[in-house]
Amino acid sequence: MTITDMTIQELASALRKGDLSSYEITSTFLNNIERLEPSVGAYITVTKDDALSMAEEADMSFREGDDPGLLAGIPMALKDNIATSGIRTTNASRMLENFVPAYDAYVTTCLRKNGAVFLGKANMDEFSMGDSTEASAFHVTHNPYDASRVPGGSSGGSAAAVAAGEAVYALGTDTGGSICQPAAFCGLVGMRPTYGLVSRRGITAYASSFDQAGPITRTVRDNAAVLDAIAVRDPKDGMASRFAPVPDGGYVGATENAFGNPVIGYVEEFSKGLNPSVRGALEHALQFYESTGARVVSLSFPHLEEALAAYYLLTSAEGYSAINRYDGVHYGYRAADAETVDDIYMLSRSDALGLEVKCRVLLGSYLLSKEHYDAYYEKAARIRTLVIQAFNTLFNACDAILAPVTTGPAPLLGTRNSESLNGQYSSDRFTVLAPLAGLPALAFPYGLTQEGLPIGLQLMGPRFSEGRLYMLATAYEDAHERLPRPRLLHELRNGNNHECP
Amino acid sequence: MSVLDYESVIGLEVHVELKTPQKLFCDCSTTFGAPPNTQVCPVCLAMPGTLPLLNRECVEYAVRAGLALHCDIAPSSRFDRKNYFYPDLPKAYQVTQNFAPICTGGYVDVATENGMRRIRITRIHLEEDAGKLIHHDDHSLVDCNRCGVPLIEIVTEPDIRSSEEAVAFLRKLRAVVRYTDVSDGKMNEGSLRCDVNLSIRKKGETTFGQRVEMKNINSFNFVARAIESEFKRQVAILEEGGTIIQETRRFDEKTGETSALRKKESAADYRYFPDPDIGEVLVNKETIARILASMPRLPDERKAMYKDTYELSDYEAERLTADKDLSDFFEEAVKETSYPKTLVNLILTDLSPLFGEDETEVPLSPISLGALADLLGKDIINSNTGRKVLKVMLEEDQDPVAYVEENNLAQINDPEVLQSIIDATVNSNARAVNDYRRGRTPALRALMGNVMRETQGRANPILAEEMLKATIAKNA
Ligand SMILES: [Zn+2]
Repeated sequence: MTITDMTIQELASALRKGDLSSYEITSTFLNNIERLEPSVGAYITVTKDDALSMAEEADMSFREGDDPGLLAGIPMALKDNIATSGIRTTNASRMLENFVPAYDAYVTTCLRKNGAVFLGKANMDEFSMGDSTEASAFHVTHNPYDASRVPGGSSGGSAAAVAAGEAVYALGTDTGGSICQPAAFCGLVGMRPTYGLVSRRGITAYASSFDQAGPITRTVRDNAAVLDAIAVRDPKDGMASRFAPVPDGGYVGATENAFGNPVIGYVEEFSKGLNPSVRGALEHALQFYESTGARVVSLSFPHLEEALAAYYLLTSAEGYSAINRYDGVHYGYRAADAETVDDIYMLSRSDALGLEVKCRVLLGSYLLSKEHYDAYYEKAARIRTLVIQAFNTLFNACDAILAPVTTGPAPLLGTRNSESLNGQYSSDRFTVLAPLAGLPALAFPYGLTQEGLPIGLQLMGPRFSEGRLYMLATAYEDAHERLPRPRLLHELRNGNNHECP
Repeated sequence: MSVLDYESVIGLEVHVELKTPQKLFCDCSTTFGAPPNTQVCPVCLAMPGTLPLLNRECVEYAVRAGLALHCDIAPSSRFDRKNYFYPDLPKAYQVTQNFAPICTGGYVDVATENGMRRIRITRIHLEEDAGKLIHHDDHSLVDCNRCGVPLIEIVTEPDIRSSEEAVAFLRKLRAVVRYTDVSDGKMNEGSLRCDVNLSIRKKGETTFGQRVEMKNINSFNFVARAIESEFKRQVAILEEGGTIIQETRRFDEKTGETSALRKKESAADYRYFPDPDIGEVLVNKETIARILASMPRLPDERKAMYKDTYELSDYEAERLTADKDLSDFFEEAVKETSYPKTLVNLILTDLSPLFGEDETEVPLSPISLGALADLLGKDIINSNTGRKVLKVMLEEDQDPVAYVEENNLAQINDPEVLQSIIDATVNSNARAVNDYRRGRTPALRALMGNVMRETQGRANPILAEEMLKATIAKNA
């Protein structure tokens, strides 16, 4: 088995047996990055020197008998909206191209405590506003399964890095599908945790009442291992839940829980407008769960269209307010020819913010204005309450909902922006629901289409049901073959031998 | 029609900086006067990803102020974002309470020329301060030390009718926030600032005129002048048949007049919406009970007690209680004397010119002033001597009893001693005595002057005058 095919558990065990060193593992991934980046473009910043010294530190602690935990010595990527002290954190924006934070995000601190090795900062849609990573100010990211296609977004760099073997795992962040959708497009497992489970501190805000960080991994158990490391209560995130019940034995332990006889909900409205491959995936997965002992119930979700609208209104409002601080005054880009304060604002923002960001800022500004507040913001907030109530009703009838992540596989690069705004947004209709209600959603790979493109499905559950979702997805994963690695990697492997000793 | 036919309708918005050691949403210090940008951190500089964490102490301070001002405390309130661009506002929004403030209702009673007036308080909300711009010729610098410092904004109903009432309200409000230790209430350090909303109408009308706002006035004197000048300006406009436009005006401290700000600044839409980074602010009954139990005696309570116990007038009691330090001083001093009225006169007549607008530091020990009041009250010294002794005490805090003794300043109350001096005066000033007998009363003053001279000013003036008159009458 090659190093890049190994799971976190396998690498962790090899590290402890002394079969592999973190330095070897990290070097392998750094080599992969060097070879593959020109065709993938997953990273904005690769921190090679930092990575190697973190790896050496991890090896040192193993030698000294210290064991910081499962993630120790394992190289990973962070989405570039997660603050890393001393490492530039650009948010894929010209505005923050040279911004080096003096602080770590809380999740960064958690990973450091666990001995993680940081390979670099992953590409994303600027300020997380987008769903294809094409809105990065720096470069596009290619889907490792088909370089002519998008990796999804906004955590597209994180997903592409893991799929391409440029990181063992990655952290992404989610506001309305930014973890689950790229995970699905890249054949990976992505967890968007319950709002309040993972600290938002140090993660650039897009929409504060939605944002959550979560792991993107190749397997469900890997995913649970990473969530174990980052689902630590942060007393300084005022919206972090004080009551987040982490299961005994952690989320890794939860993956091994007995399957029992769960009730899995299937929402009829979700099957409309699906690509046949996705529809087939959903049907087959439901059959699998039924055959394993689950009861499948058919349910109805009443507010699908309204939920999507409410999602876009609320996130644009919050996003407008969150983006305004990037105004050229205190830090970040400032237009060189600005002469007055108004110039600083207008020219700096005009120059350094991308189209997608500007669109959302304008939308947010419009709908929060005095004349429109009641008609838009207030109404959207009420719809959000209705969606939460609708989910409560659904989860009285089932333990988890199985749903598509997207209507089809990853689209071609350059086709997203030419679609109508409506078309673009409506493809997000399955992934905005859990974030709108503050619920967890776990995307896992179903399989490949005939063209070799990954299809993913997602499980949504009540608040803090991450353990249950992991258990259900593990059952599926254990009963099926793992997805083949992207072609890109096969080609690479033919020329280079990275066999595990 | 004239100015006399109109009245002002005034509402105030008062910003009071809370005295908490830490800022509203981060751990930075709130100490006044530190070098620029030394009391800042990533949170109050609005670096990417930083989050506010509500400092509960600030909430309790706001509740304390609300309770002291007779407000209802909201069991649940929340914070909103007020979005606007300004270089002293790094987040590009101010966190404030627009939709659901922490306190509502309430009132302040103030003593005015026309008796007691009740000024109603609409609401009190918590919010954060912005930074400060320091302007130079071709550039400006930003000091973020004040960014995130906790404020409460106290909004009144349009119940105020004159500059005098406005100032009386502000004095009372300052007294309350100082008594409760919620704020320093120092206008010169900006910890108490005032926006004035003013409209005018003909006396007797009940409708409201078009309102003009004057922002950020930072002394009682300026508040009074701004109100008077704006009132006259509005009257002049109406008298000429003009209309008043709703706008924000700035009071110029040098010219004493108000001028319009750019329209843009007065027509802002702040796009308020609930701050998604901050949860509900919950204040339970136990918290309110605890704060009430720790509430000090407030000015009105002290005032009532002073009026009762020491038979002071409304005005005297209000003046004494307007400042907690002064009131505390009075309470210490009054223990030392059996003549509270005399003590109050000393404080309000002889000492009050020494008090600054923000500071009421009495450069004397209350024990000494109490003793002085006793010397006066017991007629041991007369009021002239009293003033002289006080002057000496202010230069160097001395025991007045010892000083009076050492310098032989005690009043001469002994009729025998006085009689011999009076007899001598009458005998050696026959002309003045005759003048007085013929009805020229001023002659008596000359004779008294002589008695005082002979006694180095120590003669009991009332007794001496009586005896003088009697002696002249007897010798007739
Ligand atoms: Zn701070």
